[in-house]
Amino acid sequence: MSPGRPAATRVSSVVIALGIVSLVTDVSSESVSAILPLYITGVLGLSTVAYGFLDGIYQGVSAIVRIAGGWAADRGDQPKWIAFFGYGLSALARTGLLFATGFTSLVAVIAVDRLGKGVRTAPRDALITASSLPENLGRSFGVHRMLDTVGAAVGPLLAFAILFAIPDGYDTVFVVSLAFAIVGVFVLGLIVPNTRPSAALAAPGTSRASFRWAQLRDPRLRRLLLTAGLLGIVTIGDGFIYLVLQSRDAFAAAWFPLLYVGTNVAFLLLAIPLGRFADRFGRARVFVCGHLALLTAYVCAAVPVAGLPTTILCLIALGVFYASTDGILAALASQSTPEASRATAIASAQTVVAVTRLIASTGFGLLWFAVGRGNAMMIIAGALALLIPLAALVLRGAFARVQTT
Amino acid sequence: MTARRRSIAAVLVSAVLLGGAGGYGIVAWAASQERRTGASTVQAVSTDIVATGDRIVFRNTASGDGYGLVASVPLADPAGERSVTTVACDRVYATTAAQMCLHIDRGIVTTFAATLRGADAAELRSWPLPGIPSRTRISANSHLVAMTAFVTGESYGTVAFSTQTTISTADGTDFGNLEDFALMVDGDRITAADRNIWGVTFASDDSTFYATAASAGRTWLVQGDLAARTLTAIRESAECPSLSPDGRHVAYKKVVAGTQPPIWSIAVLDLGTGVETLLPAPGNVDDQVEWLDDSTLLYGLARTDVVGDSDVWSISIDGVSEPRLFIPHAWSPSVVRT
Repeated sequence: MSPGRPAATRVSSVVIALGIVSLVTDVSSESVSAILPLYITGVLGLSTVAYGFLDGIYQGVSAIVRIAGGWAADRGDQPKWIAFFGYGLSALARTGLLFATGFTSLVAVIAVDRLGKGVRTAPRDALITASSLPENLGRSFGVHRMLDTVGAAVGPLLAFAILFAIPDGYDTVFVVSLAFAIVGVFVLGLIVPNTRPSAALAAPGTSRASFRWAQLRDPRLRRLLLTAGLLGIVTIGDGFIYLVLQSRDAFAAAWFPLLYVGTNVAFLLLAIPLGRFADRFGRARVFVCGHLALLTAYVCAAVPVAGLPTTILCLIALGVFYASTDGILAALASQSTPEASRATAIASAQTVVAVTRLIASTGFGLLWFAVGRGNAMMIIAGALALLIPLAALVLRGAFARVQTT
Repeated sequence: MTARRRSIAAVLVSAVLLGGAGGYGIVAWAASQERRTGASTVQAVSTDIVATGDRIVFRNTASGDGYGLVASVPLADPAGERSVTTVACDRVYATTAAQMCLHIDRGIVTTFAATLRGADAAELRSWPLPGIPSRTRISANSHLVAMTAFVTGESYGTVAFSTQTTISTADGTDFGNLEDFALMVDGDRITAADRNIWGVTFASDDSTFYATAASAGRTWLVQGDLAARTLTAIRESAECPSLSPDGRHVAYKKVVAGTQPPIWSIAVLDLGTGVETLLPAPGNVDDQVEWLDDSTLLYGLARTDVVGDSDVWSISIDGVSEPRLFIPHAWSPSVVRT
């Protein structure tokens, strides 16, 4: 580290501010998500079928608007205000939750919330990139994802604590959730500067480099999207892994509703170390190697020796997987295009992952019942083991390691 | 505004918002304390003494002291004073020898479990559940227990919504998840990924049972065989069956309006003749009904005016008689005849 570049050792205050925005927003959204099943079946008295329908909305809506959000951020070169619009939409949905009394209004509220989430993600990640030095991008995303995951871990605990103190206190959960959502919107609006990635680079007096779809034809981005898709198609939802663990291990069965907390804790503890490691060792390598941790989780779930150690190892492996892929993917995507099309590139990569994972989970569900859960797990593990080297081959040499010295 | 002023403004706004939410929480907590410790809205007596005699065991939903606890009334006087135990259940079923209780264990970490108690109310065994309690039954001779829960614990995974139903003997031998049984519809085995089984009711031979099977938006009344590990569809569009004490009828809820969510009513199937009778029960019945005797049903109906409260109604299976209010402020009834 040369003495003239002290900034490289620190993470920008903008990244930390964005991390806090994500933290309070995740407290807001995850506190509601965690109690929604209880609320729908217990209070609204809706059927099981209805909940399945809602869950589908949760998954689908977000992916659709993501690219639109990225494109809008690039097009106007105003990522902050597009992100602000997304956070604002979700806060508005929380207000709606206070008045939603039936199934139709609940569906509308959730759709608006997920629209907001879809819109804001890529512009926010573009802001993180614009506020960081290229050589410590992995660490910046690590810091952001760590704060984000703290919120995701705290939210459900806060909601259950409220319901513990007030058994029918769903409205209190909604009010608290709304307060956190508005705090997020204010922190973003007041503290995060309106960084304009394209305008900042243009020389004074010249017009800024504007967004063009052609910029997305960069071969690096194409190879990244291909890799993300290849690996996404063999990445099944955590829920399946938890279900397998639950059917084998008494500890996992008793704590089934909370297994995701274990994964989140591992994720938040490892997000920064693995982000820094990626900056030094190469982000593409860490992204691909992170899938070895996913493979470990699959194998842990598939092996017949079940017990507390395999359950814990499995949760840690999932945490390692997220810590080495989630933020790193955004970093890689923003590395692979010019500034003017960064948000769209990030959105494209995240959409490829979301869509292929949805296909993977659906396909795995079919496999699960065709050949049984143990065999299905073995097959998906085998497929992942084959695709990791292939993914490494596709990405090889695409991303030159950023020199830090 | 300078950066410093903006930061101060953000901190102040956050403090006001979170403080306001905290204040709302405290007021709500105080109000709920008053509701919970206030006098019960029905005539009730709290007791540790184990109830005996012919009785209806149910979940007390009268607001105030005793809300959510298992209670009972004499079969001869269902509107009379209720004995309220200290056991909290979200779904309960009782026979002369046993009581099954599905409960939500609230806390910072909320978990779900099923607990089997003997006639002396002592705990016999317990099973963890993967999510919100739904249905439970005990066979008439108290040899077998069944429990259904929604798989809802993992809040933002990509697993589609499902239920998990297991059958076990009272002494702990587990028959496993009923989704692993072979499901046969019109001679074909259904292996689709979205199979779900729920709402078990037992026959008297320790092997035959009835349940609901669902796949691809269709539901079936299935006859199960514990020994052969099979489920055979005997009729389409029937959920949460309940076998009459004489084994001649099966009552279930049936979709009468395919809205989203659907509206259910009660139907009774004569197993001998295959004739189905739709009962004139108004309201949306979402319950596994219970037989008061061989010609009368009991079912719970949520109150539309009060959140978390419900009533138990009775209705004759003749298809003509209107339902009558049987026990107000009650849920999950079971008839215990000694």
